[in-house]
Amino acid sequence: MSTSPAATAIPEQRATRDARHDRLFAGLLKACALIVLASLLGAAFATLWGGREAFGTFGWHFLANSAWDPGNQDYGALVPVYGTLATSFIALLIAVPVSFGIALYLSEVAPRWLRTPVASAIELLAGIPSIIYGMWGLFIFAPFFAEHIKPWLTNYLGNNPDDGHPSWVAAHVPFVGKMFASDYPFGASILTAGIVLAVMIIPFISSVMREVFQTVPTRLKESAYALGSSTWEVVWDIVLPYTRSAVIGGIFLGLGRALGETMAVTFVLGNAMELSSSLLDPGASIASTIANQFSEAVGLQKSALMALAFLLFVVTFIVLLIARMMLRRLASREGR
Amino acid sequence: MLKATTTVSRLGTAAVLAAATLLGANTAQATDITGAGSSFVYPVLSKWSAAYAEKTGNQLNYQSVGSGAGIAQIKEGTIDFGASDAPMKAEDLQKFGLGQFPVVVGGIVPVVNIAGVQAGQIKLDGATLADIFLGKIKNWNDPKIAALNSGLTLPAGKITVVHRSDGSGTSFNFTNYLSKVSTEWASKVKFGTAVDWPAGVGGKGNEGVSQYVKQIKGSIGYVEYAYAVKNKISWVDLKNAAGNVVSPNANSFAAAAGTADWASAKDFNLIMTNAPGTNAWPITATTWVIMYKKPKNAEHSKVAFDFFKWALENGQSQASALDYVPLPQDLVQKIEAYWASEYKH
Repeated sequence: MSTSPAATAIPEQRATRDARHDRLFAGLLKACALIVLASLLGAAFATLWGGREAFGTFGWHFLANSAWDPGNQDYGALVPVYGTLATSFIALLIAVPVSFGIALYLSEVAPRWLRTPVASAIELLAGIPSIIYGMWGLFIFAPFFAEHIKPWLTNYLGNNPDDGHPSWVAAHVPFVGKMFASDYPFGASILTAGIVLAVMIIPFISSVMREVFQTVPTRLKESAYALGSSTWEVVWDIVLPYTRSAVIGGIFLGLGRALGETMAVTFVLGNAMELSSSLLDPGASIASTIANQFSEAVGLQKSALMALAFLLFVVTFIVLLIARMMLRRLASREGR
Repeated sequence: MLKATTTVSRLGTAAVLAAATLLGANTAQATDITGAGSSFVYPVLSKWSAAYAEKTGNQLNYQSVGSGAGIAQIKEGTIDFGASDAPMKAEDLQKFGLGQFPVVVGGIVPVVNIAGVQAGQIKLDGATLADIFLGKIKNWNDPKIAALNSGLTLPAGKITVVHRSDGSGTSFNFTNYLSKVSTEWASKVKFGTAVDWPAGVGGKGNEGVSQYVKQIKGSIGYVEYAYAVKNKISWVDLKNAAGNVVSPNANSFAAAAGTADWASAKDFNLIMTNAPGTNAWPITATTWVIMYKKPKNAEHSKVAFDFFKWALENGQSQASALDYVPLPQDLVQKIEAYWASEYKH
């Protein structure tokens, strides 16, 4: 058998061509990934650059200053940063247990014919634009809250109720009395914004949870059932540990959305640049402050708004970092 | 930004728009001019531009992006005219070779939600209004309010202040008025498109403020007159600089525009709140159009002037229909004289 030189040259040519294509493909993929990195760094740097005047003028004081006074050119980020964190935290406090319940019901308890329609309904809910939630919050929820929920909260939990006698809870549990005291007779408040945000992020968190709950192998669950576990025990001891890292990922996805939410919050937060210990008083968030003031801002005010945008980057980054650390600690504890 | 393309050359190249050529046969030589800025004038500008386009075929594109953005864009020269609710300072105009003139007048009214109080039943003066917005007067049965309203018994409800949360020309003029009538406001809060409000809750836009005032019992806010009329919210009568109690309406807005001291205001740099006329509504506002004295695109600028000349002379009915007030005749004459002397085209 003799092989002609041409016959060996063809596979060689093919090999070099393939190698070239592989390199090209790898380069293309790298470029795609770099676009993300470049836009992230670009946005962070652009906001930092835009905010340099504010950071230069106020220094670290910018973070601790509760004033936002365009008349006297004095700006601080404390009120909006606090508002962003407080509303997002309230939203998580409500959304996580509710989403957990929804996901559990749909993956473990609900009859089969009900699962798909409810699951698609949740996904539809996730697609509603935030301005719609904002209008619902302003026109329907905030008045309802002011009429029915807020009076109950101020009277039974606040330290300044209508009849002048604080309840046992308000008098004995620290901070609660202050958190639920309010002189304002309207519905826009940090708590209202937190509740509206919760409604907005429930679809995100619950659909992630439902998806991952379905990945738990049936034999694990059935073994547990066979050993006589109740549904709750199966969920708590089998499903949740198996999916823990994905569940936390889903929660932080929702938190990320809550931190940056703009329009809905602007409508129901009350937009008052005042630091108040009460959850029933109006406040401001980073995104709502920027949305409100950016179009008419000039000079130092514009720079301060850019600095706020940079702080939102920092806050989101820190939150993601905490999520990563929690995941890593969980993974190492489980010995993975 | 729209480029300096005439409709004719565009249509020639774009076969897709062939149908439009048939429809717009008389729009040959039409020019598109662009402007941006104040949202306060947006409704009337769009009405005017529709009527003007019908007459001349020239289109006006106006982006309601806010006064600050409008000024920034005209400085960059990306638009043919800017519109701002606050006048530009003389030195800035000089620096950029710009001129400015008012185009339309509108009123800003304090609105209240007090059980049993109809529009125009409650009266306030500037100092009391400022004290309410400073958070110093906290109840509707405060003796200062009662002294201005003999014959009207006000309930003992708490006052909730509602202000604009977004930067706006409405806030600019309202806070400008408060700082003219209250030294405390002038020294502590000052005036601007956004300020550090000493009290209350912020609603986004005129709609947001109207909505809060309607929802909250015992609230007081401020909106453009048209919003108070449209949403049927009770407005407040105000005591003006001459000491007369006036109601907000076209006549009192026009009186403010007519009696403001335009003659001594260079480049019409005059905020006409607290105007001196006997029947003048104290919180009357205008919007300035800002244009280059030596435009980059002379043809566009010429059309823009033609548009504003037409609007000032013939646009009264459109303005009145939207609850704006056309500029008084002698002010229009002053503006046309300003054009003749400042703008060479």
